[in-house]
Amino acid sequence: MDAPLVRIRKLGKEYRRGDESVPVLQGLDLEIRRGDYVALMGPSGSGKSTLLNLIGGLDRPTSGSIEVDGRRIDAMSSNELAAWRARSVGFVFQMYNLLPVLTAEQNVELPLLLTDLSRDERLRRARAALTLVGLGERTKHRPRELSGGQEQRVGIARAIVTDPLLLLCDEPTGDLDRKAGDAVLDLFDALNREAGRTIVMVTHDPHAAERAKRLVHLEKGVLIGETT
Amino acid sequence: MQNPLKWLPLLKAGFARHRVRLAFTIASIVVAFLLFGLLFAVRAALTSGVEIAGRDRLIATHKVSIIQGFPSSYLARIRQIGDVRDAASLSWFGGFYQNPRQQLAAFAVDENYFDLYPDIAIPRAQLEDWQSDRSAAIVGPAVLTRYGWKVGDTVPLQSYIWPRSDGRKEWPVRIAGVYAQPNGDPNSIYLHFKFMNEPRTIAKDEIGWVIVRVRDPGRAAAVAAEIDATFANSRDETKTSSEKAVAQSFANQVGDIGAILTFVVSAVFFAMLLVTANTMAQSVRERTAELAVLKTLGFRDGAVLALVLGESVAITVTGGLLGLLLAVGATRALAAALAQFLPAFSVPAAALWQGGAFMVALGVAAGLWPAVAAMRLEIVAALRRA
Repeated sequence: MDAPLVRIRKLGKEYRRGDESVPVLQGLDLEIRRGDYVALMGPSGSGKSTLLNLIGGLDRPTSGSIEVDGRRIDAMSSNELAAWRARSVGFVFQMYNLLPVLTAEQNVELPLLLTDLSRDERLRRARAALTLVGLGERTKHRPRELSGGQEQRVGIARAIVTDPLLLLCDEPTGDLDRKAGDAVLDLFDALNREAGRTIVMVTHDPHAAERAKRLVHLEKGVLIGETT
Repeated sequence: MQNPLKWLPLLKAGFARHRVRLAFTIASIVVAFLLFGLLFAVRAALTSGVEIAGRDRLIATHKVSIIQGFPSSYLARIRQIGDVRDAASLSWFGGFYQNPRQQLAAFAVDENYFDLYPDIAIPRAQLEDWQSDRSAAIVGPAVLTRYGWKVGDTVPLQSYIWPRSDGRKEWPVRIAGVYAQPNGDPNSIYLHFKFMNEPRTIAKDEIGWVIVRVRDPGRAAAVAAEIDATFANSRDETKTSSEKAVAQSFANQVGDIGAILTFVVSAVFFAMLLVTANTMAQSVRERTAELAVLKTLGFRDGAVLALVLGESVAITVTGGLLGLLLAVGATRALAAALAQFLPAFSVPAAALWQGGAFMVALGVAAGLWPAVAAMRLEIVAALRRA
């Protein structure tokens, strides 16, 4: 049996609020296999976004360990973590977080600027990613010229353009209407089933969560259950 | 080796956010560097004599004041001093042409005066013509152009300083030739000392300065001391200095130009520092989410720092280059009109280099704090705030 892609052991995270420490995650264990599609669910403040940020190396745990593809990311330096994120993780945000003055193509090209690829190759890959998400005709459009669903698809193209190990999505349909949300979820389905991408998605929306292969429920920083 | 041009879209993204604010910021930097270029041009014009001063030349003046004369007999005594290669007198004539508003920088000199200035070029035939005719003059090219004179013309100079014994107001001189001196003042007129001395009724047989060329520049200070010792305790003691020192003290009569320049430029640049720093701080604050996204995508802290600093430097360099370009254009356009008062009025090359360094330094200083703030941005907190 393959080793899990993500292995989390006794993960704890506390935030400081003045002199007080607020525990957000407590002794959490979790494994995610390659090709998995996991939905993290739970009420506000349950720690699901914090868990996603820790898996993506955007934040550091207070205790415990996170191993991704055999590497302890909790022990990496800031620069190592940045380089690891550039290679290994694609992020999709609820508010898309595209750079408004760049075109769709330039937004998708951003992660490739950190590689040694030539400009032609960067543009070729950016266009291929946009074509994959159904926006091959809108490469020169700026975010304000796109609908919310289209903006999110540009965000997804940006997340997959470097062919990362993990796709981490924080409420990716939270700002979209049902139709646009479904289109985005269809895209995740295709990326997971056809391209074998490993996806971890935080969501409040049961409709979105039911598309995932696994549902992980958190409450008050503790994993309380899992359904398949 | 990565191609730095690939970061240009990101730099442009920073610029394109608030075009009007950016335009005003750049415009204020343009004005600052325009002022910088013009002030340097004024200083260069006022101190051009300092720059072309020869290491082997000394100037003996009256100890009391550079405008006070001493007996012409001093010249022969100075020539006898060992290590003096040659010496010639130079006295202020001044004068004007046609009306007192058209003032002239005319000097009365000895026949060998131009031997002391190998960098002044005069066609041999014109020089010999001048040397053989005491009513002849060697004229600067700017004067010739300004008054439409030609070589061979006889022009009536006038002077309120030097009344003539024959009661005439005019001092007719024949233009024998034109001199050329790289980076020198093109506005001077050189007459014969005898031409001025014989008809005048005051300061008879007095000369203004003695220009001395020494055999060995390394002995210049000793020769200067020897000249002054020769006339010590006489009625007219001398003060002999290097040509550079005299030119500098002459320039300093206008004021301590260097200090004025430093003060004005410092004040203007400090204001620019605040303006640019404010622009960059606002820009970074507005782009908190974007910068956090870049870090999320894998941009290292150093890359984010370099990006913000790069934007800041690009703003100051754009404004600075435009400002200096305008200064160069303005000095070229005004050079002819100001030639009489500010000869060699142009932005010196040193100012362009110094300006370039200031542009980069200003950009770095203005962008440093916002860049460090951007570098220290905590991704999760920044995304949550946005």
